[in-house]
Amino acid sequence: MTQKIVAVDATKRYPSKAGMVTALEGFDLEVAEGEFVCLVGPSGCGKSTFLRILAGLDDLTGGEARIVPGDDPRRPLNNVVFQEYAVFPWKTVRDNVAFGLQMRGIGKAERYAVTERWLTKVGLKRFADYYPSQISGGMKQRVSIARALANDPEVLLMDEPLGALDAQTRAVLQEELLRIWEETHKTVLYVTHSIEEAVLLGDRVVLMTAHPGTKKSEFVVDLPRPRDLATTATPEFAALTGAIWEDLRDEVRRAMEAQR
Amino acid sequence: MTAGGKAGAWLTPLIALVVLLAAAGLFDLWRSWWWAILGAGFVLVVLAAEGASRRLPFRFQTPFERALAWLFPVLVLAAWEWLSTSGVLNPRWFPPPSRIVGALWDMTVNYDRFSGTSLIGRPWLIPSRLAEQGWPGVVALFQESHVWATLSRVIVGFVLGAAPALLVGMVMGLNRTVRTMLDSTMSAIYVLPKIAIFPILMLVFPDPFGEAPKVTVVAISAFFLVALSTMAGVQGIDKVLLQAGSNFGANRWQMLRHVILPGALPIVFNGLRLALGTALIVIVAVEFVRAKTGVGYLVYYHWQVLGTPKMYAALLVVMGLGVGLTALLQLVERLVMPWRR
Repeated sequence: MTQKIVAVDATKRYPSKAGMVTALEGFDLEVAEGEFVCLVGPSGCGKSTFLRILAGLDDLTGGEARIVPGDDPRRPLNNVVFQEYAVFPWKTVRDNVAFGLQMRGIGKAERYAVTERWLTKVGLKRFADYYPSQISGGMKQRVSIARALANDPEVLLMDEPLGALDAQTRAVLQEELLRIWEETHKTVLYVTHSIEEAVLLGDRVVLMTAHPGTKKSEFVVDLPRPRDLATTATPEFAALTGAIWEDLRDEVRRAMEAQR
Repeated sequence: MTAGGKAGAWLTPLIALVVLLAAAGLFDLWRSWWWAILGAGFVLVVLAAEGASRRLPFRFQTPFERALAWLFPVLVLAAWEWLSTSGVLNPRWFPPPSRIVGALWDMTVNYDRFSGTSLIGRPWLIPSRLAEQGWPGVVALFQESHVWATLSRVIVGFVLGAAPALLVGMVMGLNRTVRTMLDSTMSAIYVLPKIAIFPILMLVFPDPFGEAPKVTVVAISAFFLVALSTMAGVQGIDKVLLQAGSNFGANRWQMLRHVILPGALPIVFNGLRLALGTALIVIVAVEFVRAKTGVGYLVYYHWQVLGTPKMYAALLVVMGLGVGLTALLQLVERLVMPWRR
């Protein structure tokens, strides 16, 4: 298997009023092509920082973190699905989804053909001409996901994409993500604070510790695919989430102490 | 609410209002107690309207509210008319609305010898000009009017001020160095009433009584408002949208065109609206001082000759211009930002 994401000894420090803060220290990660890896950890463990560094929105202060380019140089390396959706309020749903393609200079006809396909896949075809202010939060996040997928990046980076949604909408979108991943088998790095979500979606769950943020342990999720919400009712699922929680509990406590 | 309270809800205050007005008329209370009568009268009108609205079926609520919005000013105008003609208000300072409308008509259709034009040019010449020179002739006719004088000064000055302000504000929003250099200076000049620099402008331009200093003072007053609000608009764009733009591969130009410009627009338009209001204030003030044409000049001229109805009429025209220009700007806003409905 070829590696798509390689991080070796990744370190990020930044100055603050209280002195130097270490957000990430000696973090190692390898993600193979077509693998769905979830980063889980207490808040402040640097999981989002790492994702932003991979996305090129932030810089490392030491070590290395990169996405391995594929054969096609025109293909974008990564695209991010942000927790805050980050869809453009002044563009229609269609033009939001087409945004990455438009920025790459792909002609209108081809751009909209691709867009149409993704709008259908995420069930937004009917809302193509709506503006984001006219649709719900769950639909906005679908737009954001479709925008990233339509651009067909080597790696999809998802930064707590369902964190701002209510429980029901989140469940629906989790199933949609599973379905879409079955179709595309994209390489995904998925940041979340929900162990259940990580186990449901991922092939592998990487646990992180806080202060400094580094890798604590790693769990392979060997639940059979295709999965859906019924998977969460299986004893295997419960056993795995239980084991991860055992491992993480003390970390969360420590992180809460440190934040006080 | 009891059954007995039903009709009383609106009838009682209405009766009280009639009694109040009758008593005021009979015992000649207006002259010394007008403020108390007006206040009590207003409260009674509100009570009557509220009582009536509570008794109305739901489907009549919206038309009723719309009627209230229109009927109240009509009521005020009627009261003014009556108070003024009956001599309670001194008609020299507060001429009845009917005379103001008459004055407005008079200013529109009658040639003013002193300024050499009327409010909208010489409309009685329109048919003959249309026959001789076609529409360009009619436009030329309108261009000699007071309304055109004010309108052209506002529009030309506004555009001359706002257009470079958009550019400067954009650069200030994007570039930290330019911002630190200009921000404090501009904020300091921003608070200066721009009308105060009008004398300087009259010195600077070769013709102190010409159009150049007037247009320039409007442009300068619009410039600072628009520049500072454009800067604020650019800086106020949600950071995550900028990140999304760059993550999806937008280059500098694409960032500007697809993210920064549309993102700043709502606050830019706030600034434009404020600047338009300021431009109107400034031009009226300038026309008070140094003009032979324009609506502000009309107000001032009729003050000098004590023609109060025409002063009010000219103010009405200023209001009309303000409302019209604001509506025009709103139209542009709606066309440029179709996502904000």
